[in-house]
Amino acid sequence: MRFFFFHLMPYADLDPDYDKIHPSSWVTLPNSYYDPAKGAALYHRYLDELEYAAELGFEGVGVNEHHQNAYGLMPCPNVFAGMLVRKIPDTAKIAVLGRALPVLANPLSVAEEFAVLDNITRGRLITGFVRGIGAEYHSLAVNPTESHERFHEAHDLVIAAWTQPGPFPWEGKYYHFPHVNLWPRVYQQPHPPVWIPSQGSRETIEFAADSARRYTYLQTAAPAATLFKTMQSYRDEAERQGYQASPDQLGWSIKIYVAETDAIAREEAKPHIESFANKFLRMPQEMLLPPGYTSMASMKGLIQSRKTITSGYRTMEQMLEQGTFICGSPQTVIEQLAEYQRRGGFNIVMAGLHFGTLPHALTMKNIEIFARDVMPALKSAVPGHMPRAAAE
Amino acid sequence: MREDFITVAGCRTLVQRGGKGPPLLWLHGAGGGGRWTPALARLAERYDVIAPELPGFGRSDTPDWFDTIHDVGFFVLDLLKALDLRGVHLVGASLGGWVAAEAAVRSTERLASLTLIGPAGLHMKGVPRPDTFLWTEEEATRALFHDQLLVDAMLAVVPDEAEIDRRLKNRFATARLAWSPRWHDPHLHKWLHRIDVPTLIVWGAEDRYLPQVYAQHWAGLIPGAEAVVVPDCGHSPQAEKAADFCGHLESFLERMGR
Repeated sequence: MRFFFFHLMPYADLDPDYDKIHPSSWVTLPNSYYDPAKGAALYHRYLDELEYAAELGFEGVGVNEHHQNAYGLMPCPNVFAGMLVRKIPDTAKIAVLGRALPVLANPLSVAEEFAVLDNITRGRLITGFVRGIGAEYHSLAVNPTESHERFHEAHDLVIAAWTQPGPFPWEGKYYHFPHVNLWPRVYQQPHPPVWIPSQGSRETIEFAADSARRYTYLQTAAPAATLFKTMQSYRDEAERQGYQASPDQLGWSIKIYVAETDAIAREEAKPHIESFANKFLRMPQEMLLPPGYTSMASMKGLIQSRKTITSGYRTMEQMLEQGTFICGSPQTVIEQLAEYQRRGGFNIVMAGLHFGTLPHALTMKNIEIFARDVMPALKSAVPGHMPRAAAE
Repeated sequence: MREDFITVAGCRTLVQRGGKGPPLLWLHGAGGGGRWTPALARLAERYDVIAPELPGFGRSDTPDWFDTIHDVGFFVLDLLKALDLRGVHLVGASLGGWVAAEAAVRSTERLASLTLIGPAGLHMKGVPRPDTFLWTEEEATRALFHDQLLVDAMLAVVPDEAEIDRRLKNRFATARLAWSPRWHDPHLHKWLHRIDVPTLIVWGAEDRYLPQVYAQHWAGLIPGAEAVVVPDCGHSPQAEKAADFCGHLESFLERMGR
């Protein structure tokens, strides 16, 4: 099992009572709730946590991109990657998971920034591409009905800019460049690894598993049952495309809290994981699912499932039950990760060891115990052969 | 009233048609068409009312070219040609009013008059507007009408599967056209002077989608346009005050010599 430490950088000092007045911590939550002095301290603290994880032997550290909300304070993930790359050990990778291509004005500048990071790290960069959360189409006023098309065209443009000799023209529907000619070129050949974080849409799995791409698919924010299903879908799609997917093409982004005992872990984690689920993730349907963000059929399904899943407060116990959170002693966490790996067949764990309002001391303790007592025990754990029949 | 599908610019389009008289092409708003409403039934007493479901909406196709409001504006001109209509009274409500204006700045050759009911399409700097895409369905319905008793009755009806699908499709189509720039074409105002047919602007005094101040703004940009404001009425005078609205439209068209 390969381990990365992932940070979302929420505005942990958010007044938890904001939701008595405002529907969400996204899009329209007034930024008067943000205190720059507290925010600055949080940024330094979070960067310390990322650096600490890299020192303790995680394969790499991960950052991502969100816009105009209290949920994640990294509108410019490559800036954060840039701050980290010369601080972390030169064996640690940096994963930017990912850039929200359709909501950005110019995908070519994303290709450029990634190429710079790839050079500076001498090839320790992992890139990622996403469409962005539905709310970001509200925040950045990008048409959600163009989301899929823009994503695909921007992705193709970035890959072409990395792999084809420049200059060449790009003649797309949304992006048109007479001269694509990246300086610098990418360091890794043919291009840096691309990982695709997703909540598990059919379209995205097919895109990532395509035999020409074979991108690592990273399941995010989903119950274990969904994880097993999407992992199997990826393997099935690979097989359909005529190859066998490696476990390194499959990853899970999961929030984890480990402490001395199960009881301590649960007690320490509870208020903070519940703040994550109920305060930072809080979003009305109209915000999360703008029209056209998914196909009509998926949208209908999502609207229905959201009505049943997210009505009311979500407790830690529910999250543990669903498998959207792992929490316990090192032994418990080791056993659960091994079991999830056995059933999911993934080899990459993007460990969210900070969440919601988890304070610095507990975050550092979580990182430390995880690196010391969990990772070594699972380092050599590999998923067994996962034939089709293994799927339930 | 009869329903037919015709193919225009490659788009299979549902067209409802009823009544006798000069042709009146009706363009529905963001909520969609495909419904022979009381207003249409009344207008059909004097006019040959033709009401298509616009591309992307309801039972009509979503063609590959369905990208911007301009595409739909050109589609309307193609539709007029395909139906071989001349001397047409073009009437559009809300999003349909925007489409009608986009068509009319391109050509009034087949038009006798233009009527815009609370049209989207323009943006007045500094005039606050709601973000309709953040509204829940209930909020959107409440804001649509001034008379909340009407809304209560509408909300009491539980939509069936087909109606849920219809609303979802219409919502997608609306976002396609109106998400960004939000509900307007930043270049439209420059060319409204090209509209050289008699024009009527109708606005609900209590419109919560698009404030009434837009009525005079439109009238000022289209040469000779008249504006009429319907009191105690929200964004859809044709639905909320159908009789008043039809009265205004009919008397305008009478004066214009039908």
